[in-house]
Formats: sequence, structure tokens, C-alpha cells
Amino acid sequence: MTLATSFDQATLVEEPPTTLEVSHLDVAYRVRGKDRLALRDVSFSIGRQESFGLVGESGCGKSTTALAITRYLPRNGRLSAGSVIVNGQDPAKMDKRALRKFRARTISMVYQEPGRALNPSIRVGRQVAEVYEIAGTKRPEALARAEELLRMVQIADPGRVLHSYPHQLSGGMLQRVMIAMALASEPALLILDEPTTALDATVEAEVLDLVSSLRQQFETSVLFISHNLAVIAKMCDRVGVMYAGELVEQGPAREVFDNPRHPYTVGLLRCVPRGGQRKDHGRLDTIPGFLPGPGEVPVGCVFAMRCALANQRCLEETPPMYEVTQGRTSRCHYHERAPELPRATPEDVTLRRPDAAEEPVIRLRGVSKTFHVRGEHVRAVVGVDLDLKAGETLGLVGESGSGKTTLARVLLGLSVPDEGSVIELEGSPLAPECTKRDRKQLQAMQIVFQNPDSALNRRHSVRHIITRALKKLAGLSGEACEQRLLEIVRSVRMEERHLPLRPYQLSGGLKQRVAIARAFAGAPRVLVCDEPTSALDVSVQAAILNLLADLQSRERVTYVFISHDLGVVRYLSDSIAVLYLGRVMQYGSAETVFSGPHHPYTESLLSAVPSLDGAPRERIRLKGEIPSAAHSPSGCVFHTRCPRRLANGLCESTEPALVEVEPGHLMRCHIPLDELRNLQTSDSARTADQPNIS
Amino acid sequence: MTAGIDPLTPPVTPGVADEVGTGSPTGAAGALDVSVGQVRREQLHQLVRSRAFMIGSLILLWWIVCAIFGPLFAPYDATAANIVATQLAPSAAHWFGTNDVGEDVLSRVIVGARDILEIAPLATLLGTVLGTTIGLAQGYLRGAFDMLVGRIVDAALSLPIVIVAFLFVVAVGPSTLTLIIVIGFVFSLIIARTVRTAVLQERELDYLAAARLRGESVPHVMFIEILPNVLGPILVEFTVRLGYAIFTIATLSFLGFGVQLPTPDWGADIAVNSNYLAAGYWWETLFPALAIASLIIAINLIGDSIEAVLIQ
Repeated sequence: MTLATSFDQATLVEEPPTTLEVSHLDVAYRVRGKDRLALRDVSFSIGRQESFGLVGESGCGKSTTALAITRYLPRNGRLSAGSVIVNGQDPAKMDKRALRKFRARTISMVYQEPGRALNPSIRVGRQVAEVYEIAGTKRPEALARAEELLRMVQIADPGRVLHSYPHQLSGGMLQRVMIAMALASEPALLILDEPTTALDATVEAEVLDLVSSLRQQFETSVLFISHNLAVIAKMCDRVGVMYAGELVEQGPAREVFDNPRHPYTVGLLRCVPRGGQRKDHGRLDTIPGFLPGPGEVPVGCVFAMRCALANQRCLEETPPMYEVTQGRTSRCHYHERAPELPRATPEDVTLRRPDAAEEPVIRLRGVSKTFHVRGEHVRAVVGVDLDLKAGETLGLVGESGSGKTTLARVLLGLSVPDEGSVIELEGSPLAPECTKRDRKQLQAMQIVFQNPDSALNRRHSVRHIITRALKKLAGLSGEACEQRLLEIVRSVRMEERHLPLRPYQLSGGLKQRVAIARAFAGAPRVLVCDEPTSALDVSVQAAILNLLADLQSRERVTYVFISHDLGVVRYLSDSIAVLYLGRVMQYGSAETVFSGPHHPYTESLLSAVPSLDGAPRERIRLKGEIPSAAHSPSGCVFHTRCPRRLANGLCESTEPALVEVEPGHLMRCHIPLDELRNLQTSDSARTADQPNIS
Repeated sequence: MTAGIDPLTPPVTPGVADEVGTGSPTGAAGALDVSVGQVRREQLHQLVRSRAFMIGSLILLWWIVCAIFGPLFAPYDATAANIVATQLAPSAAHWFGTNDVGEDVLSRVIVGARDILEIAPLATLLGTVLGTTIGLAQGYLRGAFDMLVGRIVDAALSLPIVIVAFLFVVAVGPSTLTLIIVIGFVFSLIIARTVRTAVLQERELDYLAAARLRGESVPHVMFIEILPNVLGPILVEFTVRLGYAIFTIATLSFLGFGVQLPTPDWGADIAVNSNYLAAGYWWETLFPALAIASLIIAINLIGDSIEAVLIQ
């Protein structure tokens, strides 16, 4: 490519050894007249063509670091100490013109939400071509090069995409466009800020692959920011772990994740269910306490308050960056002992397995839901039969658009199913609409929503929210209600002092606890959990998952657990239903579904998930995106994307039935079970001997 | 890009005070950073600091004092005709001059605040209560009711408010009560539209699904669940409508269908005295007109500053 200008060539002469050099960087935000340190003494460097990952929970300063590097800090923020050198240049010393040139040529950024990074009223083509026009290319040529660029990011039909408006494209497609635009100027440094967090696992896998291959092709250095440890492990050569504005540990990604040397990293890694961990094996570990606010810990170790290894020295003496081994640093006085960090949550659990002989609590027969949108029939759920037993967790798995949430809403009566659908609660049929169900029936089924901000009335206090549910569902009042309120609040591990607060005064984890407390107020038999932890940080997620498991073992509640995170689903579920275009493709116990043989769709879902353990598995590619439910493919609905489609045309012409292939294991596929087993074991034997998926 | 980010305000980085784990040795100090009272106090503080709000409030306060205590401190009796002192230009004795029957214009302007400041807030309040109820029902129930009311609103709004009010007053006969009811009713349709839009946004939120799953009644959902969340736009709408109410009342009085003479009233005074404008007697029209303008401007200043604080 020919974007290299005289300006670039000038820098090429010296060729600094590192693309990015951040040294002793402090960033302060001025809030209510006071400076608060959001970043403290952050130092790291990214070599030529190296990929560096920043990982940590929200509020730890990852994005602030990126903003400081691009000099995009908000008006109340400033670089109070240290320096940032990108490709031998210091953005802090640039005037407006130089800064503009720097941002246009040297550095590029891709954000979390591609839909919001593009202008919704301008065609994609114009926006991509603009990158070239800024560099001085004429309009028609710029458009031609935009098309070429989109082909490079593996967009099959660049012509169509160029003429589309952003809202006409899917999230995955838009993120490819964003990556294309970021690479168009052949930047020295590409910053990716949570680029796949808003995407489905299958799409995420594709986008990550794309980034990996383009990085080599463009010889770009990458700064990859993510809260997802597995994604960082897969994408980065080296990694820095951030906590409370400090870089607490740094080193080669593999080594840091296999042998962490800072208590925070140790704790973070233990929060993630991995290696097939399940609720009956033991609780997840958690990190106690809270993230301190910016500048709240002036001396000592920022993690000391939450660290079980901390002693007096940690509180009084700020730990320097200790060199653990060559190229590995840790900001812990006792980094030798970090792996021995005691557990914050006891591991032992007593779980009663659901009784197979028992009558099901919920029985679904032929449940379908068709939406009528502009003359089209969108079949969101098609003929689902499911049984749910007391104390069982059913995991619902599938890409977005597979009908998981619609099925849950139909079950609850928030959405009216098609004629002929049967929903039975303990043997008696339920009215299709929740407004027509009686108190006992309403009480029996409740939900925890994905987003607690939307699920809790922001004008009501915690007390009001839970009390109202106790009154309406449990029929309590007066003293009895007050007593039960306190019981429930304690059972979700909140305290009395939280009662008068409004939702916006609570953190994400606390809000979700209020939502769980409300759902449990009426002592439900069935609780639908619709992605209850996907908006939360991993350490909070671990606490919520533990809480759900504990409450289940105590109350024998049945969970319908919806999540896109297969590790989380596996941790909590007893049985799993895999949905695709509203149909159950595979159903069985969690062990069966995860250990295989899998339905080809399940297989592709599993292989799309990046792993924290061992070598990455060879991926079964899922081509394209989930088709529209308004125009489901003929035959097997999955045949358009199926990696194992039969050559004889059977898959295209005939829809397979959901049949019991083994006791308790149902599958909707033309390929016989034994053949699937052969295909899948030979594949994984060839590529990797790691059967883990999480 | 740069302006939108303030990483230290709680809504942007909810994780700043994230609660984790089972024990919480340090307490939720971070989570309790802002209390309801503190937010209210801060909003109030911002309002008081805003110059527009202060100026608006001062002007409004002046007119309220006039409305209540006007007759006590007005230099003359506002309805005392004086045959020998008609059409006097502003002077030391009569700051705003006198009118065609020799009444003191300054006194009439001061005392004239009473009727308008009685009718306008009452009419607006009636319109807000009625409009909020209609809007909540429209937005939450949707369906045929929403359609029907929506069309009525469209029809009513296609006519100028003054004409609609005019027709009613002609039919029923002018009185303070008629004015309040007529203006309140017409405004309720406009306010309903604003409230409906706000409710439609709330409707998508999960807390309403949770309320339905608790078996809450429709009025409970409308007034206890939704209403507190749409109070902001309603308050803004109230202040905007109050300004329009004053304008409408003044216009109706000008047309002769409002407050009846000789009761001092700005609109009616303008109507009578504007006949003498061509003869050069400008003061008896100008000062009541300035009074109306200053009151409407004051209320708009207040409304704008409230909106600015609420929208932040």
C-alpha cells in the first residue's frame, strides 16, 4: 500500500525499537475541585508487531490508559506525570495539526459498539472511503480502495456493504468494517477496546481470527483491552493486569495465566468457571470487598484491603514493580507466595441432584411463537417440548436470535404463544397470558433479567421493591412481611442499611442481588435467569453464581438459565437445550452435551469459545450469520452453515426430527450418533488433546 | 467524543464501587457515595446558581406579591375614575400616566396581576393532572384507546388554542371558572402527548414486566411504577404551559371574553386603551403589555433552567 508519506519515511529512518512506550504514567481527573489519580505509575511497552493485552475489571483504568495514549482524555483529565511515546513521538507535545496527523496515521482505535462508532445516516462506503480521502486520495479512487479493503477483512459482498447504512448490517459485519477503517491508514499501533464484547461467541471467534491474521499482514502492533481473560490469552503475546489504576502484573500471556504472581490475578482467574467446573464440584472463589475509588489508597498496596495475604507492610509500603523473572513483573511484596492465596469462599457444597423419577414441575408441549411483522411470519420458537424437574437447572444455549429469550418470555406469560402450545405447571395447564394467571401461578414462576438497571424501578427504594413482591406474591403484610424482608435481604447477602437506597446508588452486583431477592420473594418453583451475569464483572459474576447455586440447594428451585457464556452454563446446568432458529437441536444432561458427541451446531458453538487452558482447539468454522427466522432454510434449518452437512442432499430437503439417540439425549440431525462420535473424536485427536471447552 | 466522558461519575463506570464476594469488611462506602438528598440538593444548588433561574424567580415573585398585596401598596385605587385627570402622560404623580377615565395605570398594572395569577396556575394544574392521566393511559394501554385519544388530540391541536377556548367561552359565557376549565382541558391534550411519549420509552423496560408478573393492577402500574419516572418531563411541560396559559388568558381578555371591566386586567386594559394609541396615548397600552411580557419571560426562564438541570 502506498500511504507511506514523507512524514512516515522520516520516522522510518530512526525506527524506534518499540511502538509504544508508556513510562510512569499518572492520569488525574479533576472532580469537584479535587484531583483524583485514575492511573498511577503505569509503565509498559509494546514492541514492533507485538500484541499486548490489558485486562482487569471495569473501573480499573484500562480505557483511561487508551485515552491517555491517544490524547483523548476528557476535559477534566490530564497526564499529571510520566510520558507516552508512540513510534518515537510524544502526543502530549503535539500541536493541533500534528495531533490530527498523528491520530490519522500513526494510531487507530476500534471501540466496543460498532453500531455507535459509525454515523447512522451516511452509507458505510462513504465512511470507509473518508479514511483515504483524508490521506489525500481522490473520491472515486478512495471508493475503489474501500472496496478492496472490505475484501481484505473477509467481507464476501463488499459492494453491497458499501452501499448499506450501518443499521442494515449485523454487529459482526460492522465490527469488520470498523477494523477495516482502523487498518486503512496502516497505523503503527492499533488499539482495540473490548472489540468483541457486544458480539456472539461465534462471531467473536471470527473477528478475533481476522484481527490475528490482519495483524501479521499489516505488521501492526496491537493494544488489546478486554475484561475477558480467555480472549486476552488467545490474542496477546504479553499481558498487563490492571487493578485500581495500577498495572499490578505484567508478563508473557501464557505464563501470567498459568502461573499468576499477583494475588489479584490469582483471584480473578479463580472466579472464572473453567475446565468443566460444575456447581456440585465446589463453589467458585470470589474476591471479597470493593474496588477502591480513584486515589483512595495513597500509600501501600492498592489490593491490600481485599487480599488475604496482606499484612502491615502491605498497608504501609507501596510495593514497587518487582521483577519476578526475566520480562515478568509483579507489584506485590510477596509475589512468591501469591499462588497460595487462601480462598475467600469455602469450596464445599451440598447439592441435591434432581430426582429423575419425580414428576416434572413444568411441562412444555409443542410450544411455538410466531411474530407477525409487516406481513412476514417470524417463527421465533418452533414446537418445543421440554420437562423441568424440581431443583433442576436447564441451560438454554444458542446464538442471539435463536429464540432463547422468546421461549423464556412465553413460559412466563409475558408473550402469548401460538394456538396449540401447552404449558403445564405441576400437571395443570397455565393461561397463556400472565395477567390471566392466578396468584399461586404467578408466584410459582419469576425471572431475573439481564440488565438490573432496566429491571428495577429507579424511583423505588430497595425496601419498596422487595416488600411489594412479598405483599403481592407471598401475601404477607405487617410484621411478618418485615421479618421475611430482612430474611431475604440477608439470604442474598445484603444488609439492612441497603434498604433505603435507590438502585442508582448501588453497584451492578448489588442491583442484581436486589433483583434476585425480588424474584425469590414469593418462593417461586421456577426461576428464569436471562443472562443474569453478563452485565457484571467476573468477580461479581462468581458471587452471583454461588448465590444462585446456594439458593437452589436450599429451596429446590428450578432454574431456566440463559447465557451466551458456555462456561457459566456448564457450571450451573444439569441439563442443556441447544436452540437454533427456535428449534431444540440437542437436549441432554450437561455432561452429555458438553462431552459429546455433539450436534454439529453445538460443536461449532463449543469450538468458538476461547479457552484459558492449554492450546487453542482447531475451530469448526461456522459460516456466516444466523438466518432470519422469517425465512428459515428448507430441510434442516442449520444446513446453510453446517460444517458436517451430508453430501447426498438429505439435509437440504428433509428436516430431521428430534429423536432420542441415547437414553435422555435428544438430537435433531441426520447423521447417526456413532458417526458423529467418530467424526468428532478423530478431529480433536488430530488437532489437540484438550477436551476442555471453557 | 471527549466531552461525553467523565470516568469518575458513577453512571459511567458502575464498577467503581462494585460489591463482590460474600463478606464486605470495608463496607459499601463507595456504593453510598451519593444519596437521594444529595442529588436533590445538588440539583437545587445548580438551579440557584443559574442566573436565568434567579432573574425569572425575582420577576415572578414581584408579580406574586402584587397579586396578593397589590391593593395595599398601589399608589391609587385602581378602579377610581377621575374625570379631571384623564389621559395624563407619565409624571411624578402618575408614574405610568392615567387612562381614558382617569384611573392610575401603575395601580391597575399592580392590581391586575391578581386574576391572571389565579387563573393561569389553576388552569395549568388542571391540564397537567388530566393530561398526565390521559397520557399514562395512552402510553401504557396503547391499542384502541390510544388511537382514539390520539386522533382527538390531533383534531384539537389543528385549531389555535385561542379559537377553541373562544368557542367554549362564547357557548358557556365568560367566568373565571369557565376560563380555568377551558384552558385546562385544551392543555391536557397537549400535555397528554408529551407524557405518552415518555411512557412509551418506559414501557420497554423490564421493571414493568416484573410488575405484570406480580399481578399488579393497571392503575398501580400507571401511577406507582411509571409516573415517578416521567415526572421530569411533566414538570418541564407544566412550566411551559403556564407561560402559554398567561398568554391565552391575556388574549381572551383582550378579545373581551376574559375578565370583565372595570376589574383591572392587563389584557382587557390593552384592548380598551389600544383605541387611543393612534392619538399618542401610548403609556396606557405599553405598561400592561410589558407586564404580560415580563411574566411570560420570567416563567420561561424558570422553565428553561429546570429543564437544563433535569436533563443533565
